[in-house]
Amino acid sequence: MRAIGLILAGGNSYRMRELSQKRAVAAMPVAGSYRSIDFALSNMSNSHISRVGVLTQYNARSLNEHLSSSKWWDFGRKQGGLFVFTPTVTIENNFWYRGTADAIFQNLSFLKNSHEPYVVIVSGDGIYKMDYNKVLEYHIEKKADITIVCKDIAENEEAERYGIVKLNKDSKIEEFEEKPMIAKSNTISCGIYVIRRRQLIELIEKCAEEDRFDFVRDVLIRYKNLKKIYAYKLNDYWSNIASVEDYFRTNMDFLKPEVRDYFFRQYPDVYSKVDDLPPAKYNVGSNVMNSLISSGSIINGTVEDSVIFKKVFVGNNCEIKNSIILNDVYIGDNTHIENCIVESRDTIRANSYYKGDGEIKIVLEKNERYVF
Amino acid sequence: MIKKEMIAMLLAGGQGSRLGILTSKVAKPAVSFGGKYRIIDFPLSNCINSGVDIVGVLTQYQPLRLNTHIGIGIPWDLDRNIGGVTVLPPYEKSGNSEWYTGTSNAIYQNIDYMEMFNPDYVLILSGDHIYKMDYEVMLDFHKANNADVTIAAMPVPYEEAKRFGIVITDENRKITEFEEKPENPRSNLASMGIYIFNWKTLKESLIVKSEQPALDFGKHIIPYCHKNGARIFAYEYNGYWKDVGTLNSYWEANMELIDIIPEFNLYEEYWKIYTKSEALPPQYVSRDSVVEKSIIGAGTNVYGKIYNSVIGCGVTIGSRSVIRDSIIMNEAVIGEDCELNKAIVAENAVIGNYVKLGVGEEAENETDPNIYAHGITTVGENTVIPDGIIIGKNSIVSGRTEAADYENGMLVGGKTLIKAGDKR
Repeated sequence: MRAIGLILAGGNSYRMRELSQKRAVAAMPVAGSYRSIDFALSNMSNSHISRVGVLTQYNARSLNEHLSSSKWWDFGRKQGGLFVFTPTVTIENNFWYRGTADAIFQNLSFLKNSHEPYVVIVSGDGIYKMDYNKVLEYHIEKKADITIVCKDIAENEEAERYGIVKLNKDSKIEEFEEKPMIAKSNTISCGIYVIRRRQLIELIEKCAEEDRFDFVRDVLIRYKNLKKIYAYKLNDYWSNIASVEDYFRTNMDFLKPEVRDYFFRQYPDVYSKVDDLPPAKYNVGSNVMNSLISSGSIINGTVEDSVIFKKVFVGNNCEIKNSIILNDVYIGDNTHIENCIVESRDTIRANSYYKGDGEIKIVLEKNERYVF
Repeated sequence: MIKKEMIAMLLAGGQGSRLGILTSKVAKPAVSFGGKYRIIDFPLSNCINSGVDIVGVLTQYQPLRLNTHIGIGIPWDLDRNIGGVTVLPPYEKSGNSEWYTGTSNAIYQNIDYMEMFNPDYVLILSGDHIYKMDYEVMLDFHKANNADVTIAAMPVPYEEAKRFGIVITDENRKITEFEEKPENPRSNLASMGIYIFNWKTLKESLIVKSEQPALDFGKHIIPYCHKNGARIFAYEYNGYWKDVGTLNSYWEANMELIDIIPEFNLYEEYWKIYTKSEALPPQYVSRDSVVEKSIIGAGTNVYGKIYNSVIGCGVTIGSRSVIRDSIIMNEAVIGEDCELNKAIVAENAVIGNYVKLGVGEEAENETDPNIYAHGITTVGENTVIPDGIIIGKNSIVSGRTEAADYENGMLVGGKTLIKAGDKR
């Protein structure tokens, strides 16, 4: 194999509001049956990258639980494997990861002990399918030092939320700005990088010497005129989960037939940890319209334009509209939920009413649940 | 040295001919059940939930799907350093080689396998029952009675007892007599085909009776043990147990899963049923769909109306189609504007648009009236039915059929249409 993988999954985003209290963004449940990191992991596996490190830091309990076995993504091989790196105190170092570059630096031995010539670095919160080998081939063909996967976004999509790049005719990156006040182009960085392993080690070591810790700011932007940094254009679906609005929209995208077809029917598959859940059950009185329903759920009421995750119980006469109900939620009878995200493991009492006005409401309800 | 208190031997080699075309290409234990499971998942899950982590699965008839389903046993946590699950097909020997000629003969041919684990007890299971049972409790009962053989038995209504093998016990549950399908049953305890043997007893009787043709537990081994004064006890089981050996009982058992609180509950945290499941996406239910009193597997796309049905994984139900009282297995495709009544559609079948299944009067099936009855219309796996075809009750269709195969676009009730050479 020509490359190893690194997944940056330590981040948290205040724009995820209450949803980030429980877990890192990379562990956010997506599209009914997945976690956001499944997309990066499946891409790695489908690109035959067999040695993958995951860098975690922020509230990694949920993420670690999800990554408890590497077999779901077929990494449990004699060659390679899935390695999870959480910050630890060592003889040289007692810091948390002070940034993405620092996270890589603190685990530099993983890079040094590999023999693959290239490294694919991706963030754990991107929702997309990609064959990283294509980027790697492009990288080699361009004789690039670093290749960044980029995407053109529509005018109305607030490019200012992303890293903005400006390319020359040859797709070489001339300018790179992280979340600028005013975007100078509509080409954004997708947070997917290909770089030669020795080059990466050198740059990261230099960063550490200078007490610089951020991969984007202190490597990509700082070296943009010194190193040959190329952009590889991604034209398929790509979304990243950085805010509640992104998260909501990304999930709702899966109600579109073309998005479902692209992710679920077309080769290659997306893998996830398999729960042993029974098929979803629809009792008399259930009325489901334009919605996704996941395994283990029991539906007794109305569900419209919504995404229902695993093991959700919807009581009699409930009305769930334009909402996302995360895993293992119990919704009592006669409850109305509209424009909401209901946090996982919530227990919602009968006759409740929740409606998001103007913005998505996040429902956190930890009532006593009586298990029958 | 390897030492295991109890190992299990799971009989999964039978064809299950009473399931008709559902088992024309797969062994009965590999037939899908309850949307996402296969029948063998139930005894395998019972084993691991009971702490039995060595299971020999005896296969013979059409084992491909069974083998791929079991693999190395990962879904049931039966991928073990020692033992785990082992598939045991018949094999060639230097002397006289033979197929498995009977249930006990299959076990007899694998004495070496059982010997490897040095067991005290051997649990004999069959791969065609739907139930949840703690075999460890049964073993405790076996040990407490100092038994040589324990047979699991369940009370059945007296009027039905004549369909079963009945055991007659004394007040301590020690079996005094056996009656096979008695006209006037003296007891209502029916044998469930689940046995615990002391290894010594089993081995000795298998060797002594080895020359018996079609060596069978019910017919030969148990009577032999009984005759020789072995202590045989009946372990009474009172939970849900269903033999899905016939098309009708298979259909009924599936339908029982959709009750509000089913007697056999798959949604309990305790005693989970495991199956090989790929990571499948959620199911999609469109705006114009209706789904009522049904269970649906992952990855299915519903555009039509579904009532009282069990739908597998990765199925497509076209717009305006109405599915009632039916079982649709994994990856089947139902076109638009179809009407299915009490139909069983096997895996990967493709049904065109405007197709009607199970309409009209009930008529006796022309080929196997005992199998295809109760108004069930059966469509075999990989079958193709073209647009606009109407198919009556108690009919069967199998193979890649074309419009020309039907008279006036119809297959009247009770007719059988099996197209040979339907290799893909």
